[in-house]
Amino acid sequence: MPRKCRPGPRVKQNPGMLSAHGLTCVRGTRPLFSGLDFAVGPGSWAHVRGPNGAGKTSLLRILAGLAQPEEGEVRWNGEKVGSEDFRRELMYLGHRAAVKEDLTALENLEFSASMDGVDLTREQAEDALARFGLAGREDLPVRFLSAGQKRRVLLAQTVARPAQLWILDEPFTALDVKAVDFLSNLVAEHVRSGGIAVMTSHQAIPLAPGQVVEL
Amino acid sequence: MSAVRPPIAAAAQPRAGVHPMKALMAVLRRDLLLAMRRKAEVLTALFFFLIVSSLFPLGIGPEPALLRKIGPGVLWVGALLATMLGLQRMFYSDHLDGTLEQMVLSSAPLPLLVTGKVIAHWLVSGLPVVVLAPVLGLQFDLDAGALWILTLGLLIGTPVLSLIGAVGAALTLGVRGGGALLSLLVLPLYIPTLIFGAGAVQAHLSGQGAAGHLSLLGALLALALFFVPWATTAALRISLE
Repeated sequence: MPRKCRPGPRVKQNPGMLSAHGLTCVRGTRPLFSGLDFAVGPGSWAHVRGPNGAGKTSLLRILAGLAQPEEGEVRWNGEKVGSEDFRRELMYLGHRAAVKEDLTALENLEFSASMDGVDLTREQAEDALARFGLAGREDLPVRFLSAGQKRRVLLAQTVARPAQLWILDEPFTALDVKAVDFLSNLVAEHVRSGGIAVMTSHQAIPLAPGQVVEL
Repeated sequence: MSAVRPPIAAAAQPRAGVHPMKALMAVLRRDLLLAMRRKAEVLTALFFFLIVSSLFPLGIGPEPALLRKIGPGVLWVGALLATMLGLQRMFYSDHLDGTLEQMVLSSAPLPLLVTGKVIAHWLVSGLPVVVLAPVLGLQFDLDAGALWILTLGLLIGTPVLSLIGAVGAALTLGVRGGGALLSLLVLPLYIPTLIFGAGAVQAHLSGQGAAGHLSLLGALLALALFFVPWATTAALRISLE
């Protein structure tokens, strides 16, 4: 029997669909990829693979609407990406830390949530951080945390605010085995409840096989 | 790390749109918090203003008539340069650590977030200058009326400086040697503000009344408030590509 979407909080009334049509990306004069077509629907995920410099990050930035492709377009539910509705459904975590070193983990999380209209109570924010193993370090400025812990502060967003489309650029970088496990379970849960995930990773991702986009 | 549970906020939070003002306040609060944590950067600009405008009376010597004449201009140029000092950081550090990308992708309208950042910049680098100016004006033998006009002019004029600067900071984001370029780009655009700001005090001193100059400053502020958030947003999007 096919796995059915579990009625969870993440299931949307009209689940979205991310599709790329004839994407071409050029860096300087060098074409990175051209004529790239793929689509990811609710309840599935895509693994973007390729050697260093193949354009994985460029592709994810294009998918998120941060950069424009040379040719082609990305659509979310048939509309070009970048609209406010799209951004409300999007969680993009790039390979940069995207946390403020001088703010505490808690302040960082609360800020990023409030950017998206989610008011976290202190308990909720602490809970989210605790799930990523940061209990007891909530009030420490992030600059005192290790690279992996900074990464976790960023990743805590995934449980702190709802979004249907997750675009994660090398999410497992700097994470220890336990955290990798936790995060992949989280992504699996997200996908199972009707979400979409697009990820790059050089490691094998411990998830049920998804669609592979080879660059 | 515990087993996977459903997201916290999703259940409680209705998926309503972001209340725009809330996002603006969040940016403002964060930037002020960051400024509080890095006091050195804030104080540098303030002491720069203090020292630059004190050097002139020291260099020129006790000639009240001359000092009165150059005072408003010197103080305004000092305010201008002090504003410039913090400008480059307005978007640069956010760009470096990736938080700017998160802001661009958040569902809040970017012009509002930009406005929040500009207000924070003004509160940190403009407002202290306004507060300090009447004290420094005493060095130039300005009377109470002139000091009042000077302060009022700075109060209307320094937000214009922060606003115009934001466009320049966004445009030069990610450009190598952006600092020098930023000055070259922004300082000429500061000229109208400088002329009307310093002119207001001069006009008052010569007995013409400063109302005209101050109204023009107000008009500049209204124009900048209207156009800058959109111009900065467009510039940021280009810079982030």
